[in-house]
Amino acid sequence: MGKRVGMEVAIAAAEAVALCNIDVAAVYPITPQSHMAEHLADIVHDGRIDAEFITVESEHSSISACAGASAAGARVYTATSSQGLMLMHEILPIVSAMRLPVVMGNANRAISGPLNIWNDHTDIMPQRDSGWICMFSENGQEVVDMSIQSFKIAEHPDVMLPVVLNIDGFQLTHMIEPLEMPSQKEVNRFLPPRKPFAALHPDNPLSMGCFNMPDIFTETMKAKDTALWNSKSTIIKIWDEWGKQFGRYYKPVETYKADGAETLILTMGSMGETASIAVDELRKAGASVGLVKLRLWRPFPVEELRAATAGAKTLIVMDRAISFGGAGGPVATEIKSFFFHDRGRPRIVNFIMGLGGRDVAVDDFMAMVERADKIKDETYEFYGVRES
Amino acid sequence: MKKAKAKKWPEAWKEVNPGCMVFIPGNASTYKTGTWRAQRPILDEKKCIKCGICYVFCPEGCISQNEEGFFKADLDYCKGCGICAHECWPGAISMLEEEE
Repeated sequence: MGKRVGMEVAIAAAEAVALCNIDVAAVYPITPQSHMAEHLADIVHDGRIDAEFITVESEHSSISACAGASAAGARVYTATSSQGLMLMHEILPIVSAMRLPVVMGNANRAISGPLNIWNDHTDIMPQRDSGWICMFSENGQEVVDMSIQSFKIAEHPDVMLPVVLNIDGFQLTHMIEPLEMPSQKEVNRFLPPRKPFAALHPDNPLSMGCFNMPDIFTETMKAKDTALWNSKSTIIKIWDEWGKQFGRYYKPVETYKADGAETLILTMGSMGETASIAVDELRKAGASVGLVKLRLWRPFPVEELRAATAGAKTLIVMDRAISFGGAGGPVATEIKSFFFHDRGRPRIVNFIMGLGGRDVAVDDFMAMVERADKIKDETYEFYGVRES
Repeated sequence: MKKAKAKKWPEAWKEVNPGCMVFIPGNASTYKTGTWRAQRPILDEKKCIKCGICYVFCPEGCISQNEEGFFKADLDYCKGCGICAHECWPGAISMLEEEE
């Protein structure tokens, strides 16, 4: 049976990773790093787990070291945030192309410039097309559970892809929350040792990371895209296994009072909890409002989202990032694109909000629901921006 | 997941090994890079002093010494980069356009 604890969420993430019997962690040890790496270093240093902890000179190196260790068959973890993730950018698509099941915890924080260390999703969005499985957590318990699930998902023979778990910086990483920490025995039962599809070893020579000529590159990209899409069924299967063992169920799209609601708010990450309180308040006032939370971002859970939003008149998409000079927030843009041909689809209103640590409170969600009625077109709007 | 059947190259996308892994060590030699060549190295045996500097600098590793002691490029693999000609200080190697 797991143990009830009060713990800072970043530290809880490190404790969860320590339960996963990792072989190697490679991290850049200073800013913009979080306690995920710091506490994991303590755990390895104290001899609580038998793992190599490699402190490298940059995030470009940390993800490269992870790729190498994973290619040799190790179970590998890294943690980063913001500018660190940006520095990994070049290597991220290589890790997924090589089908290496690296797991990363990312403390979501704004990217420069101007310099800002606080929470939003602008760091992960530029990594959207890197071919990683990308999921968002909402609270400390989900961070613990999803950290452990991530290894099983990444290493599954039908998946073999890296996973990035998004953990809202400060809003989650620096909060002390009550949560249940699974026991080592329980995690061992859930997560078997890694059995690599292939591993680098002198006794069994093989090549990884080979180059492609133009006459095969397109086929390789199609294979990679298909692998990412196909991972969804295994992700769902593993989440069901977790639910059966631990009693906490996970779905690609979570809903709260969404059945039959005329207006739906859509969130990703920690803002879902605040939004759910706004939904309660609005329901009390007689409004037909519900909440849809996107847990899985890549592969995109399009069927699940269609089912969750069926019958709604308005879908208010909250984006914590923006594509400058483009169609608005990445989440809304994606949903509009998928829903373009759907008859009777909801009108999609897009707010860009919560950037660089700007607080979004219950009142703000209520104000956005009210404002959504007044917006007639389907472009985007910065919420709460001062005009004068 | 099964490893793709041994075929010289994958052709369809389903035949691509996960991560494009290659399970046959050294099979790069079955790919003849000589087809890339626009110029071929021509060795003037009168000028050649058999020093082997071309062999040392060849990035393809396709130059080897023959029984007479001359260093010759294997045209199956020589990409025609011209480094051997550039490095050959006695001026024994010249690059000839392939079409000539």
